[in-house]
Amino acid sequence: MAKSKFINDLPKIYGIYTGGFALFVLLMAFAEKQGMSAKTIGLCFVGFTIVVYAAIGIISRTVQVDAYYLAGRQVPTVFNGMATAADWMSGASFVAMAGGIYFGGYTYMAFLVGWTGGYVLVSSLLAPYLRKFGCYTVPDFIGTRYGGNLPRFLAVIVLFLASFVYVTAQINATGTIASRALGISFEVGIWVGLVSILLCAMLGGMRAVTWTQVAQYIVLIIAYLIPIFWMSWKNGFGIFPHVSLGAEVQRLAELEAQYGLIKNAPDAIKAAGVPGGLASISVPHSAVPASGMAAWSYISLAICMMVGTASLPHILMRYFTTPSVTSARRSVGWSLFFIFLLYFSAPMLATLSKIQLLDPNFKTAIIGKKISDVMQIEWVKNWMAVGQVYIADFNKDGILQLNEWFMRADVVVLATPEVAGLPYFISGLVAAGGLAAAMSTADGLILAIANALSHDVYYKMIDPKASVTTRLIVARALLVIIGILAALAASYRFTSGGVGSAILSGVAWAFDFAMSGLFWPLVLGVWWKRATRSGAIAGMTTGTIAGTWYLIYVTPAFMGQPIPWWAPGVDSLRFGIVGSVVCLVTMVVVSLLTKPESKAVQDMVDECRIASGKVIIKHS
Amino acid sequence: MATPKQEAHWAATKHLMIITMIIWFFFSIVVFAFGPEINTIKFLGYPLAYYMTAQGSLLAFVILIFWSNKRQEKIDNEFGFSDKDREDD
Repeated sequence: MAKSKFINDLPKIYGIYTGGFALFVLLMAFAEKQGMSAKTIGLCFVGFTIVVYAAIGIISRTVQVDAYYLAGRQVPTVFNGMATAADWMSGASFVAMAGGIYFGGYTYMAFLVGWTGGYVLVSSLLAPYLRKFGCYTVPDFIGTRYGGNLPRFLAVIVLFLASFVYVTAQINATGTIASRALGISFEVGIWVGLVSILLCAMLGGMRAVTWTQVAQYIVLIIAYLIPIFWMSWKNGFGIFPHVSLGAEVQRLAELEAQYGLIKNAPDAIKAAGVPGGLASISVPHSAVPASGMAAWSYISLAICMMVGTASLPHILMRYFTTPSVTSARRSVGWSLFFIFLLYFSAPMLATLSKIQLLDPNFKTAIIGKKISDVMQIEWVKNWMAVGQVYIADFNKDGILQLNEWFMRADVVVLATPEVAGLPYFISGLVAAGGLAAAMSTADGLILAIANALSHDVYYKMIDPKASVTTRLIVARALLVIIGILAALAASYRFTSGGVGSAILSGVAWAFDFAMSGLFWPLVLGVWWKRATRSGAIAGMTTGTIAGTWYLIYVTPAFMGQPIPWWAPGVDSLRFGIVGSVVCLVTMVVVSLLTKPESKAVQDMVDECRIASGKVIIKHS
Repeated sequence: MATPKQEAHWAATKHLMIITMIIWFFFSIVVFAFGPEINTIKFLGYPLAYYMTAQGSLLAFVILIFWSNKRQEKIDNEFGFSDKDREDD
């Protein structure tokens, strides 16, 4: 297949697009100087980018099954890397992560390691082999390797559990960003977000999602990095803060010692009328807690996120779209590189934003100042008015102490440009970036669910004789239905407990579900020929049930039981550890107790282990 | 059945996978098991454990994937299973 002109022109197309976006940013900067209001600028940013994504989605419409499910298997390595990065970096990464680091310090940064290290597993254990299989969806691999409809159906169930929890969190994030940054109501934000997501995905399936995700990556990475570079430069740390903030990290430790890290009593917080979901800094920025349990809770969280990464269908399916096995493998490297650009900047943003507020050498510092003065600062007034920051003068001395300053974690990303005194168009840019991050992940997730239901359940199990037209109609109808269900779930705020933490726990649960039910069947399917159909069925069933049961058992909102002695430190964010261990043990034991698979299956596994030759699944 | 050449190719691939997993394990888990101990060391002015979780391990993963891919492609070439001259599908 000769490379089409379109593929060859991609660097030029996205080059022009990036230039155009830069021009738009400059235009907004100019409009701000001319007196355009902050709200209008924010709406322009969000409106303009959404229209562009929808346009790309509509241009990429297709009536071919291969294009709809696999983007025609011609997405070049580096572009697939960008698309995966956008697919990967969710509203949580963009909006909540720097804030999480700001409040959680070192311990929270287990997420950084967890959300990058998993790609080593994807690249070494899975992506190239699944690409060789040539499957349309992840359950397609399970169904073909283990044979029959039951394993396929179980894989669809796990995929649905993991992806649906995740997409709800993403749609929640679109609502949050819309309401915080643009002053639109949460509910309206959700439905507007949903319509734009469907516009991107419905007509062109994977092909449209791929090309919008590349566009969204460009917007989100610009929106994340520009404010950081600018702030760093403005505060005299040079344009590239990553190498120059060492002294500031140490300075923060000094300031923490000087101010004292006080954990407020819940009763005192309640009595002072602090709105829910707001927090004060009570954890050191860079110090490592010295107990063995603390090390385990860091490591266990990192393990869950890494293994979950390697089992999330919406990520794995991105590597089905590359032209070859080698390019799938290389593409994993590029994905991680593009993700790395944002992730290694998040701690710098948290550091910059903290030092600006805490260090009295900075004009922007507020801790240690008179509360009456702090209340007069423009950004404090704005964010206080919407209940995102709060001051509680516990000791009634009229001076702001570190433990008297409350804010919501999301504010770190959304308000830091304002705190640093950057012009407003930068805040508009950040809002557009956050929406791009949440939308691109939601796109990928909704598509993963709808594709599994249309291809694996409808086409493979219900009506194998369905025509191409019918299959694509079913795929699109399911896409809309899944989208609406996710938006409804998000609007009920099922995963409640403060919106910021809802995004995060929703995301963490998705990883745990995926690792409970899918990790071992996928990995052993390639790496262990002895893995049998019965073993996979037993593993997926027991793993998912054990994980889900454990989640219900320990989550405060459900049964809220204390963590049992046999699973120290494994809380509701880490239930995948229980699920995946159960899955591995049952899968191995049952496989060894049952007859080895037929020669045909063994040959298929041999074939999938080499890069050359044709794909294994023949699609009609 | 797998040909002897396939067996040898898979043995080499497995070997590389295990090395990759060991390096991965070191940067994702071992380093952080010694967090308090290494945090007293300074790197670029950052406490080392903080640096590793903020930048170091992340960078190590990126390099590890590119390195491991290069080695894998070499293995594929050596045994003639590279997909360079593969048929179109």
